[in-house]
Amino acid sequence: MTKYTDQGKQDTRSGYGAGMTELGRTNPNVVALCADLVGSLKIETFIEENPERFFQVGIAEANMMGIAAGLTIGGKIPFASSFANFATGRVYDQIRQSIAYSDKNVKICASHAGLTLGEDGATHQILEDIGLMKMLPGMTVINPCDFNQTKAATLAIAEHHGPVYLRFGRPKVANFTPVDQKFEIGKAVMLNEGTDVTIIATGHLVWEALLAAESLENQGISAEVINIHTIKPLDEKAILDSVKKTGCVVTAEEHNYLGGLGESVARTLTMHHPVPQEFVATHDTFGESGTPEQLMEKYGLNNKAIEKAVLRVLKRK
Amino acid sequence: MPNTQELQDLVVQVRRDILRMVHKVNSGHPGGSLGCTEFFVALYNEIMDLKEGFDMDGKGEDLFFLSNGHISPVFYSVLARRGYFPIEELDTFRLINSRLQGHPTTHEGLPGIRVASGSLGQGMSVAIGAALAKKLNGDDHLVFSLHGDGELQEGQNWEAIMYAAGNKVDNLIATVDRNGQQIDGATENVLPLGDVGEKFRAFGWDVMHIENGNDLDQVIAGLKEAKSRTGKGKPVCIVMTTEMGNGVDFMMHTHAWHGKAPNDEQLANALAQNPETLGDY
Repeated sequence: MTKYTDQGKQDTRSGYGAGMTELGRTNPNVVALCADLVGSLKIETFIEENPERFFQVGIAEANMMGIAAGLTIGGKIPFASSFANFATGRVYDQIRQSIAYSDKNVKICASHAGLTLGEDGATHQILEDIGLMKMLPGMTVINPCDFNQTKAATLAIAEHHGPVYLRFGRPKVANFTPVDQKFEIGKAVMLNEGTDVTIIATGHLVWEALLAAESLENQGISAEVINIHTIKPLDEKAILDSVKKTGCVVTAEEHNYLGGLGESVARTLTMHHPVPQEFVATHDTFGESGTPEQLMEKYGLNNKAIEKAVLRVLKRK
Repeated sequence: MPNTQELQDLVVQVRRDILRMVHKVNSGHPGGSLGCTEFFVALYNEIMDLKEGFDMDGKGEDLFFLSNGHISPVFYSVLARRGYFPIEELDTFRLINSRLQGHPTTHEGLPGIRVASGSLGQGMSVAIGAALAKKLNGDDHLVFSLHGDGELQEGQNWEAIMYAAGNKVDNLIATVDRNGQQIDGATENVLPLGDVGEKFRAFGWDVMHIENGNDLDQVIAGLKEAKSRTGKGKPVCIVMTTEMGNGVDFMMHTHAWHGKAPNDEQLANALAQNPETLGDY
């Protein structure tokens, strides 16, 4: 199978920070907002180099979303950032009315998504944000897999007109995508071609899917691995082309199986090419405190869980 | 600039528009709309520096944001009669396939609207963002906003009020329509607001009052005074006392007409109190 090398573990939020640093130097219309989490969002360099283009709103996320909407009136491209929980569920109506329904060019950039923020526990571990955001008409939803891809996505969404939800995380994870790979919104990335099963993964689960595919190969199972970094709009063609070949699919995401990538894939399959599907996701539950590794193990979100799901789905073919 | 009589004629005509719009579809919010008619007429015809035509960015002109979007009838009427869209379009208010939605929106492309409002408490944040963009763009024009008094019960307002003062957003004039009424009754019975001006002042705003927001001369003088106070390091708040349902005797001194349309007989009575001036749509 195609070999991928970890270039050195990094956090995806630092990919966002690196992207913001570059945008600060290249796009004078980009402005940044943050709700008392500058260090966590890794945007210190942007702020240092562009103090007049940074707005510290304090612990007031609702106001941040409204200010971001207003800044677009006058041609600014606001990147409003916080933890995923506080950047979505807490301010859903502000996003719905002032940003999505008003068609404002705001980029909602959310770190610490999912279980992998770890010890802070379920108050901070949102597993519903993809569902919340993909339900908003006109909202683009992106969940990149590593540092390089998060940086590339940050640059790409500045060029896209319209509201975007960019979701990333806290822990240091494998950084394996090419440093210069162009990010195409809505275009799936084929990581490994296979014939027996399709694994469709997003975010931190993409690397885990590659580890699972490697293990499966040793068992004589050929797994196709697709990185769906854009959950909306979904690259339905890439998904359908793959499942027509493999005949079954496992979706993998750090999110509730209700409302996540898996459901979007299931809808596509039901409409166009029904095949057996297994979901690697949390099952309608909140998280809890623990290390990221412990949590991903307990809630079934690692390469071993993907491998088991593949074995299950193969029996249903 | 139109003279005072022309503006008074416009006020009466806008009242007629409001009444006829809500009557036709038997829905909408006439009370607050009538209470703010003088404010809208003054703002769009005497106070704001506006470009011809409409573009979303609004660079090089003053901007206005309506936070309490339910008083859309007065907003639509004044925008139409200022030339943003055909006056005849007022006849489509709240109808299927109309650009004049129940609450204002950018979604249908209606000129003059820059953000959706209706879910309350969000407009001040948006106005602050637009004011910050003006500062970044070196545009010395102003941003105006209007808020219902009951709407101040939404907590987001206080985040915005704190932000604007703390960050010296001094190109913003936020007016509070202090009519003292909300859906369930008097604001002071539903959830007391107390002294609104003192609250803004405590947060660091420059606060002034328009004692009778239904006196056109007072409104114009007050808004001009507010403009003169901008650019001095503080956002400006106008607490404007108005009478809900102003200009129609049976709609005044009650919250009953917040979101209720007149029937045929009531409409005839209300229109008789406001004879046609500039021509009905």
